[in-house]
Amino acid sequence: MKSILPILSVLAAIVVLWYGGAVWLNSQWTYDQAARAGVEVSFSEMVVDTLRQDRPVLPAPHQVAVGLWQGVAGQAITSKRSLVFHAWVTFSATMAGFGLGTFAGILLAIGIVHSRAMDMSVMPWAIASQTIPILAIAPMVIVVLASLGIKGMVPKAIIAAYLSFFPVLVGMVKGLRAPDAMQLDLLRTYSASQAQGFWKLRLPASMPYLFASLKVGIAAALVGTIVAELPAGATQGLGARLLSGSYYGQTIQIWSALFGAAILAALLVLAVGVIERITLKAKGMAR
Amino acid sequence: MRSPVIDAKNLNLVFETNDGPVQALKDVTLSIERGDFVSFIGPSGCGKTTFLRCIAALEQPTSGSLTVNGISPDEARKARSYGYVFQAAGLYPWRTIAGNVRLPLEIMGYTQAEQAERVRKVLSLVDLEGFGKKFPWQLSGGMQQRASIARALAFDADILLMDEPFGALDEIVRDRLNEELLRLWAATGKTIGFVTHSIPEAVYLSTKIVVMSPRPGRITDVIESPLPKERPLEIRDSAEFLAIAHRVREGLRAGHAYD
Repeated sequence: MKSILPILSVLAAIVVLWYGGAVWLNSQWTYDQAARAGVEVSFSEMVVDTLRQDRPVLPAPHQVAVGLWQGVAGQAITSKRSLVFHAWVTFSATMAGFGLGTFAGILLAIGIVHSRAMDMSVMPWAIASQTIPILAIAPMVIVVLASLGIKGMVPKAIIAAYLSFFPVLVGMVKGLRAPDAMQLDLLRTYSASQAQGFWKLRLPASMPYLFASLKVGIAAALVGTIVAELPAGATQGLGARLLSGSYYGQTIQIWSALFGAAILAALLVLAVGVIERITLKAKGMAR
Repeated sequence: MRSPVIDAKNLNLVFETNDGPVQALKDVTLSIERGDFVSFIGPSGCGKTTFLRCIAALEQPTSGSLTVNGISPDEARKARSYGYVFQAAGLYPWRTIAGNVRLPLEIMGYTQAEQAERVRKVLSLVDLEGFGKKFPWQLSGGMQQRASIARALAFDADILLMDEPFGALDEIVRDRLNEELLRLWAATGKTIGFVTHSIPEAVYLSTKIVVMSPRPGRITDVIESPLPKERPLEIRDSAEFLAIAHRVREGLRAGHAYD
């Protein structure tokens, strides 16, 4: 309960700054309109107007909240105007990509830990892959796959996987190498096989590392999916919603979609956290 | 004539380090009979742990001969003829105490029923009945180390190698565990190799005390203890005990004479 006060104060500060920013950034439009109509606006009139424009430069928090609420609750969830619908499209591609990326990351990590050749050859490429801006590569992936007749969720999932495999790979390499020399010596004294060492020692020891990476990975997968929804003129998904908002100057729509994405990301990370707690508890690793 | 369980002749081990070769063991010759309790004592760097690791085939000697149960250490390791207890308990945090003790049994392919029976037996041997379902972090350091001893006893190895198992524990706990270890040794008849740097511990526990000294790691004295097999803690105040302790101390001092 003690921690709620600082959290609320920070939140309040952000809201105040946001309102201040909205008034400041939107005032130009209000003054321009007034000048065109040949009327004078007082300061208080100006403030009121900046907070209720249709296409503000920066929408005020309550406008975004209303936009978000209408997007979520104001439509049938099958409607193309529903944020739930778009979030679902994004969510399903995110999960597919996250699953793919996690699988690939774990598999590569196992290879890297057990084979020196893979360690030397795969790791530099994995790192190099993350230095390429995803914004540059996403359109190419989508175009290439589209020319092969692959459209819809799969290209998005691939881009999400491209972003999310890396944290899983790095975390799992670290995790699978976490057992110290003594632990490995102990297994040697039992003359345990490499497979036994993997299943009984390395894999369980890597679990805390895995979950830490999964949290990063799932957020990265969401970003990847949204980025993948931007370029190809997609009509569904939070990314498409962001793009169409920016085409038509619908700033409230952009911000609503942004917040929708942020809430989705928070829920996803939270879900991983819950699974982590349950798993580690069952394994006796949480106190 | 019984053949020794562990037989080392002119054993040498040289580690190649960045600062040049380091002679960890020099001309170590020692034989350990079945049922012996042998302590290796000496300052750090004297090669006592290295020698124990050679017996366990965790290190390869550079030259000389070493047999364990009449076969090479590596064959002995593959035949699972020893249990090894490390300085730290090294229990898996994700396994219960029983699960940890079961680990070697799972690896060695014992049946479920036999695993359960053995776990029960060794846990009672180390006085941990009723703690099988606890996780390691729920136990004190001394109890964790007892669990790790149980883990080393769970399978049928007739040699127990212990590398400063009580080094991290306070003296009161250590005294108790020493007593228990003697009881355990009497009950199981195992051959025990025990590394320590505590003189009272070495004298109290051992039938044979091997005094070692560093640079290069070598044996300076081997003391056959005249103490009876039955040893109450009070024996440590007897004149006999103090005489052996004195000899160990002299041996350690002699090894340090020229540095």
